[in-house]
Amino acid sequence: MRLIPFIISLLITCLLIGALSKQWTIGGKKAPAFGSFFSPQHGFWQNAEATDHDFSADLKFPQLGGKVEVYFDDRLVPHVFAEKTNDAYFVQGYIHAKFRLWQMELQTFAAGGRVSEVIGEKGLEHDREFRRLGMVYAAEIAQKEMEKDPEIKAECDAYTAGVNAYINSLTESTLPLEYKLIGYKPELWSNLKTSLFLKYMSYDLASHENDIEMTNAKSYFSAEDFAKLFPAVQDSLDPIIPKGTPFEKQKVFPVAPAGVDSIYFNSKDVAINETQKADPENGSNNWAVSGSKTVSGAPILCNDPHLGLNLPSLWFEMQLSTPDFNAYGATFPGAPSVIIGFNDNAAFGFTNGGRDVRDYYEIKFKDDSRKEYWFDSSWRATTFRVDTIGISGREPFIDSVAYTVFGPVMFDKSYSGKRSLNDKYYAVRWTAHDPSNELKIFTLLNKAKNYADYSAAVTNLHTPGQNCVFACKDGDIAIRTQGDWPAKWKGQGDFIMPGTDSSYMWQGMIPQDEVPFQYNPERGFVSSANQKPVDETYPYYIGRDYPPYRGITINKRLGDTTKFSPESMMKLQTDNFDGFAATVMPLILKNMQTGSFNADESKYFDLLKNWNLRDDIGAKGATVFEVVWQHFEDTVFNDEYAKAPKVIMRPHESTLAEALLKDSAFKFLDDINTSQVETLADNITAAFKQAALDLKTIEADGRLDWEKYNGVGIRHLGFIPQFSRLNLKTAGGSHAINANRSNHGPSWRMVVSLTAKTEAYGVYPGGQSGNPGSRFYDNFVDQWAEGKYYPLWMMTKAEVKNKSVKWKITFTN
Amino acid sequence: MKFLLSILLIALLSFAAALYMPWWTIAVAAFIVALVFNMSGGKSFLAGFLAIFLLWSVMSFLISSNNGHLLAHKVSLLILSVDNPYYLILATGLIGGLVAGFAALTGSFLRTKQS
Repeated sequence: MRLIPFIISLLITCLLIGALSKQWTIGGKKAPAFGSFFSPQHGFWQNAEATDHDFSADLKFPQLGGKVEVYFDDRLVPHVFAEKTNDAYFVQGYIHAKFRLWQMELQTFAAGGRVSEVIGEKGLEHDREFRRLGMVYAAEIAQKEMEKDPEIKAECDAYTAGVNAYINSLTESTLPLEYKLIGYKPELWSNLKTSLFLKYMSYDLASHENDIEMTNAKSYFSAEDFAKLFPAVQDSLDPIIPKGTPFEKQKVFPVAPAGVDSIYFNSKDVAINETQKADPENGSNNWAVSGSKTVSGAPILCNDPHLGLNLPSLWFEMQLSTPDFNAYGATFPGAPSVIIGFNDNAAFGFTNGGRDVRDYYEIKFKDDSRKEYWFDSSWRATTFRVDTIGISGREPFIDSVAYTVFGPVMFDKSYSGKRSLNDKYYAVRWTAHDPSNELKIFTLLNKAKNYADYSAAVTNLHTPGQNCVFACKDGDIAIRTQGDWPAKWKGQGDFIMPGTDSSYMWQGMIPQDEVPFQYNPERGFVSSANQKPVDETYPYYIGRDYPPYRGITINKRLGDTTKFSPESMMKLQTDNFDGFAATVMPLILKNMQTGSFNADESKYFDLLKNWNLRDDIGAKGATVFEVVWQHFEDTVFNDEYAKAPKVIMRPHESTLAEALLKDSAFKFLDDINTSQVETLADNITAAFKQAALDLKTIEADGRLDWEKYNGVGIRHLGFIPQFSRLNLKTAGGSHAINANRSNHGPSWRMVVSLTAKTEAYGVYPGGQSGNPGSRFYDNFVDQWAEGKYYPLWMMTKAEVKNKSVKWKITFTN
Repeated sequence: MKFLLSILLIALLSFAAALYMPWWTIAVAAFIVALVFNMSGGKSFLAGFLAIFLLWSVMSFLISSNNGHLLAHKVSLLILSVDNPYYLILATGLIGGLVAGFAALTGSFLRTKQS
């Protein structure tokens, strides 16, 4: 033995193995441990799924009550046939995990404020925000409520067991790719995680408020200016429930507190002074037409929820068939049931209600200990929720949040959320904190046969409130603007409210029989596109910020066309007509002073003038319009906003257009920094000249074609560009029915014709597999980008020999 | 002959062990085979290196071909910042080869006498 060389060589070997087992930080990013990552039997190569991979298997689980057969078609859509209903949910959990585990867990980590455990300190701000908002608190309350219902508890338990059956089968080599890249392992699933996922949807859909921004706008502007900038009425509105529809008699009469004008409306307390928050744009379309308006004579239902577009997708397509029900559609990896889809008798879909169901109250604490707060003339004790936020590579962060009668005191001296000055205490009152059993809606909708079943199902929906559309083979169509909507006095909760007495609290919810709905209306269709649900005759105050234009276009098309077919519905769903541009274009063209234009300006003006108002591929005019309007808004408002606090509300998109259509001498057109009085023509022309400079740069970058400027892309949930599909060649815009914009758009397009044998079509921008190494990872993206659909196959047991069936997994006990 | 046989044995042992054990068992396999076969240091290193270089690159090549190199394109861009599946396969072979090479060298030094 040669001792010295032996020791040296041994040392090198060990160091090498050690170095390859460690996660180095390279260029600011944490790299995977290269040894196991590159090992063809352990690492990423194991996730490179063979293009002819065989998904078939025979599996045994003692938890099952009977046999379950799952047939996968050529798009990898599983058709689950279970002898026992709860077995279907077990298998749904197993299959969701098999194809989407990493995403499922990540979403619940995001919801529960646990991102720092995975990505380290840079997740801490997010985690604190979510914990302080009371997301875990809300999920725990919802879980308790769900588990009180024996049917839903059994369903959740089966789903959780199915997810865990898959997690327990994992080995180092079969772990999803992202776990290998980032270097962590999945933990077991639980009903709480399902509840957290659902709360994540509430966060996404029921946090439509700008109370802090509005408070500053109210404080900064005079009451008269404020009313002009933030009008409560939209002239162009075509509400979900048509104008003139009579409403139920008002039963709850919310009363504004005494002294509300001086204490609340006219208070000039600027509370906040930091960076601005992002404005999410979650909109959607849904509609149903009755048989009188279709070629076949059967109702057609359509839905396209607009959400953040990610890979893996939020949606997973599947069919669940049990002796109780047979449903097909888009499911949420993370929750049981079909969410948007159809069964043998009916179809159902949703758009977001978008009302303000989250308000803030300023709390007066006795001292910094936050143990007591002033409420209704006495000091009241708070309770504390202490959160331990785990952080990868660091000791955990301990956060303590005081809870009041309103809810958690989200903003305090220790947490500004980049929105407050740290010297104020704001408690948040949010409907998502109230007990609710949202899964029940889907469980019941999956088996709904008729209008009565639908009504019984959707009334379980509290938060996030949705416009629930329905059609069934009986010929009925319906829409219900369902949710827990606080009955507010006019202006309540538009701004931060005093939290020192009960008079500013919500005085009740709008009674369920006063929730606006439509059932077989005479016009033969129902529709919603996030517009204001009702006109001014509705007795309750429901806020002021709703996008009107998609709704106007949809209602016009649905009204004008006499006979629809599934094909014409697909065309309508992917229609690129820009309702906003159509509204304001005459005004722009009429007021443009083209006399002083240089060659570039003339060229861009010609593009604008000759644009057909459609956000199509190659439409240069659409880009010109977008840039011009942006500059126009800036030209009109920037002078007034120049000295405003940074966190402040800008006027809603429709405000300027509506104001000018009513009054071309709108007060804000005048530049307050000049002595002369600027006119509409001055503003438009000046904005256009500035826009032309931008457009020149955009054109030099080769981005003048609309789809390049709009830049629609599907981002990987972990922001890994190689696993994303960016800069797709696809049309649409935020004011078109086809509401594509950046990483936001129709996340699932569905058209269901309820003929004797249901005819359905659908597509989502993703693929069934969450594995970036699978050919099924993003194989729907191009079809989606082109505005094409797949036929949705409601398979029957008699069709098992059909050539579309490619693989089969059998589950037995 | 002894050289070729040791390559074959290291590859086989490594493959079998990795079915159940962590990736670094390739080092144990190379070490044991080198100890038993008692070749010179250079030859042992080469045997270990070649065994795993070949095993890992051939395996990854086969997996990647069956995958239409779909994932290799993405991962090579992500890890190596170039879109080239073959570089990724080469990197795979080199990482495994180096570890096995040094492990085999260590094994050979443990023998008192060399044939």
